[in-house]
Amino acid sequence: MTLAPVMEQRRGRLSLNRTAVLAAGVVILFAVYVLLGSYTVTIPDFFRILAAHLTGGEKIPGASFIVMENKLPRAVIGTMIGLAFGLAGALFQTMLRNPLASPDVIGISYGASAAAVIAIVIFGASGAVVSGAALAGALAVAGLIYAISAGGALRGTSRGSAAGNRLVLAGVGIAAALHAVVNFLMTRADIRTAADALVWLNGSLNSANWDRAGVLFFALVVLIPAVAVIAGPLRILELGDDAAAGLGVRVNASRLALVIIAVTLAAVATAAAGPVAFVAFLAGPIARRFTGKASLPASALVGALIVLAADYFAANLAPLLLDGTVLPVGVITGALGAPFLLWLLVTANRKDA
Amino acid sequence: MTHSTTTAASRGGDTGTAVQVKGPKGPSRGPASGGKRAAWLLAAVVVLAILAGASLAIGARGIPLGTVWEALTSFDPANGDHAVVHARIPRTVLGLLAGGALGLAGAAMQGVARNPLADPGIMGVNAGAALAVVTGIYVFGVATFSGYIWFAFIGAAVAAVVVYLIASLGRDGATPVKLALAGAALSAGLYSLMNVILVSSQDTLDRFRFWQVGGVAGRDWSVVLPGIPFLAVGAVIVLLTGRILNSLALGDDIARGLGQRVGLTRAVTALGIVLLCGTATALAGPIAFVGLVVPHAVRFLTGPDYRWILPFSLVAAPVLLLAADIIGRVVLLPGEVPAGIMTALVGAPVFVWLIRRGKGAGL
Amino acid sequence: MAVLNAKDLTLKYDQRCVVDGLSVEIPEGKVTMIVGANACGKSTLLRGLSRLLKPASGAVTLDGKDIHSRPARELARILGLLPQHPTAPDGITVRDLVGRGRYPHQGFFRSWSDKDDAAVQRALEATETLALAERDVDELSGGQRQRVWIAMALAQETDVLLLDEPTTYLDLAHQVEVLDLVTDLNRKRGTTVAIVLHDLNLAARYADNVIAMKAGAVVAVGNPREVVTESLVRSVFNLDSRVIPDPVSGTPLIIPIGRHHVPTELELVS
Repeated sequence: MTLAPVMEQRRGRLSLNRTAVLAAGVVILFAVYVLLGSYTVTIPDFFRILAAHLTGGEKIPGASFIVMENKLPRAVIGTMIGLAFGLAGALFQTMLRNPLASPDVIGISYGASAAAVIAIVIFGASGAVVSGAALAGALAVAGLIYAISAGGALRGTSRGSAAGNRLVLAGVGIAAALHAVVNFLMTRADIRTAADALVWLNGSLNSANWDRAGVLFFALVVLIPAVAVIAGPLRILELGDDAAAGLGVRVNASRLALVIIAVTLAAVATAAAGPVAFVAFLAGPIARRFTGKASLPASALVGALIVLAADYFAANLAPLLLDGTVLPVGVITGALGAPFLLWLLVTANRKDA
Repeated sequence: MTHSTTTAASRGGDTGTAVQVKGPKGPSRGPASGGKRAAWLLAAVVVLAILAGASLAIGARGIPLGTVWEALTSFDPANGDHAVVHARIPRTVLGLLAGGALGLAGAAMQGVARNPLADPGIMGVNAGAALAVVTGIYVFGVATFSGYIWFAFIGAAVAAVVVYLIASLGRDGATPVKLALAGAALSAGLYSLMNVILVSSQDTLDRFRFWQVGGVAGRDWSVVLPGIPFLAVGAVIVLLTGRILNSLALGDDIARGLGQRVGLTRAVTALGIVLLCGTATALAGPIAFVGLVVPHAVRFLTGPDYRWILPFSLVAAPVLLLAADIIGRVVLLPGEVPAGIMTALVGAPVFVWLIRRGKGAGL
Repeated sequence: MAVLNAKDLTLKYDQRCVVDGLSVEIPEGKVTMIVGANACGKSTLLRGLSRLLKPASGAVTLDGKDIHSRPARELARILGLLPQHPTAPDGITVRDLVGRGRYPHQGFFRSWSDKDDAAVQRALEATETLALAERDVDELSGGQRQRVWIAMALAQETDVLLLDEPTTYLDLAHQVEVLDLVTDLNRKRGTTVAIVLHDLNLAARYADNVIAMKAGAVVAVGNPREVVTESLVRSVFNLDSRVIPDPVSGTPLIIPIGRHHVPTELELVS
């Protein structure tokens, strides 16, 4: 056997190791999130609380409540939406061969939050109804975008990127229109409602509870295996529509499936916690930098890391700087994500120079 | 359809019959000729004049055109109708100026960025303006439109410059993709910083949300006048770039081959764009779609020649903005729908239609 | 005995008819070259033959069965295509890219087997890209990249291979190399090959069978020595020429006659 296959295995193993590092990172961050912060819990106490909750035993006053009703559900939901956003972003960016084509840029996440704001301001809804509206909004926007750009996607000589451009364009256009509508509604509502709506426009884990976690969990149980199934055809679609068809991939059907899965991932995540900015956009590129190759599992894990880290900051460190205001996680991911993206851009540009 | 026998006879095997192939269907589409274009431009100016008149006449209080004329020529301060007309003048003028600026800036932006998606918003202009206004409200307690304009303008200009600088790092300078990415990144970041303030201070939110929606209502001469010099300079710069944009459209390499100093001309054009767009946003708040949709739409008449696209955009965009403003006054009585919303509601379907057609958008 | 067969095939883009009522055979076990002027429909024909383009009317059959009636993956095990502008994803290595050619042979759970390894190895060796196996495809030169794409098509191990202008952007040495490679494939494995080629001389040299097209129709089919004549060149390419036997291979060699660099007496021949 020549050296080459051995080196290839080594490279594959390296990427696997890095992904394992990411997974470990998520676990550690999860623990830090639940145990540390403005309210700390020791590890033995944590297990005691958990056991008490499951067996109905004696609870620790104060700590039980905070861990079980606040920190743990937030951490769980935060991890899940991170996974979902990370996957959704990576799927879109790979399929459309365009780093700009992430659901938060092309308006799908915004569609969800716009629907939520409409529900809040016009219909005075709250709670689960708003989440449901968010889900419906994301799917509606995605459907609309697809319908608008579908003509191009089916063209004979589609080079993928042309069809992708239409999709991005359509998405940006719809996002802008929704933006205007939302801004208008913000002027029509009273200030309290507007402030509530603002939170929905930003993505927040503040209303995390076990019901939401459960719904999100079941959604992911269905969606994540679906991603595993579609990952194979996706790898071939990366080679261009023609080459993929030549290799036996049913291009239109696979694309449609990919879009539906990715959109639903973004939609359920947005419905659970609002449009947490930048997670979908950045998870893929960061994962790629870290592991050396494009990887869906790594993107998912990076997404979870981003959300957990950002919310830790928002809930525990930001109030120290801002007189006690707890910031929504979306604001942090946006504020920190942008310089990060700029840094990615700058270093990528330097490589060319 | 005619049949003809095989021309070169094959000796090796069977051939298919040679059949006349149908040519491409449909009339050939092309821009109007030079004379026609001038005529259309004139027509557009006339439409604009009519709309300006309508803008003075229509509203919650409708005023007959005869009275409008009177109010303009022989103003009587005691006459209630005349007063209303006079109040609408700065609003109309703002619509003309801001609309023209946005249309011109949008067309130039698409030329510089070689990107049909280009909108001054992607250069971070809207985000920079918004953050600056929020800062003005939160830190300095500014509360009037005329107070906002300086913050907005500085914010817009700084953001655009930063985006441009970041995008020009690297060997190939400020390419369209890098501009878009840098703009998207900076915009998102600035909006997030803005949200930090808004979430912390309800008062700020309360004042800011009315600026954010974008429109020409509620602004008087104290808002409009300071903007005029900037708009004038910006417009002159941009209108002179028609030839340059035509060369740039062919690609940087070819443009250089044609003798253009690509980096310099891009920077100068960008300066003009920022002046126009920053000022328009400062005066009227962020208004979507005008800069994006109008240049695409005028291409059907002008073709890809920027020497025509620019003046057409200059005239057509205020048509859109004024129309949006006028409709907004009457569609939801007794309240008003700000022009920024109407342009989005009207602009979005047009935009969609353009995407579907695929042509004018250069896709 | 034909393997791939088009019957009364009509192919359209939107409403525009590019190929109208065309019937042609791609003979089994031979190297077929499809030639013609720009925009004559040869790429379109190839796309129709490979299932990329659904016929507006007529049918394409493989061994008698309509290709559109077969499941895509099954067809991809028999019929392979190398399209004109394949795109390689960022950061992919040569070995990885060639490996993707095994997709039609892998089951639903996409397990990678020794057979797949062996096929990739053979493909890399045949295209002499083994030394490049661990490199990123982005870093390669145009010629190297094209060889890697051909390796991917080879790894697919099909009975029929269609190539759409595989020699664009390649220098002459590499063009010849690619065509020699494809000929090896045909002679050693019996693979049926159909290539759209713009270089008429190379096509005449390497073809067992030539299909000449003009304006969406087949103008001539057959052995190059019989088909490639001065009158064919005139009718298909609108070009005056002299056709002589190639001093190296004996196949037809087209010598174009333009307006310059011709001795005066030849100008009378038109």
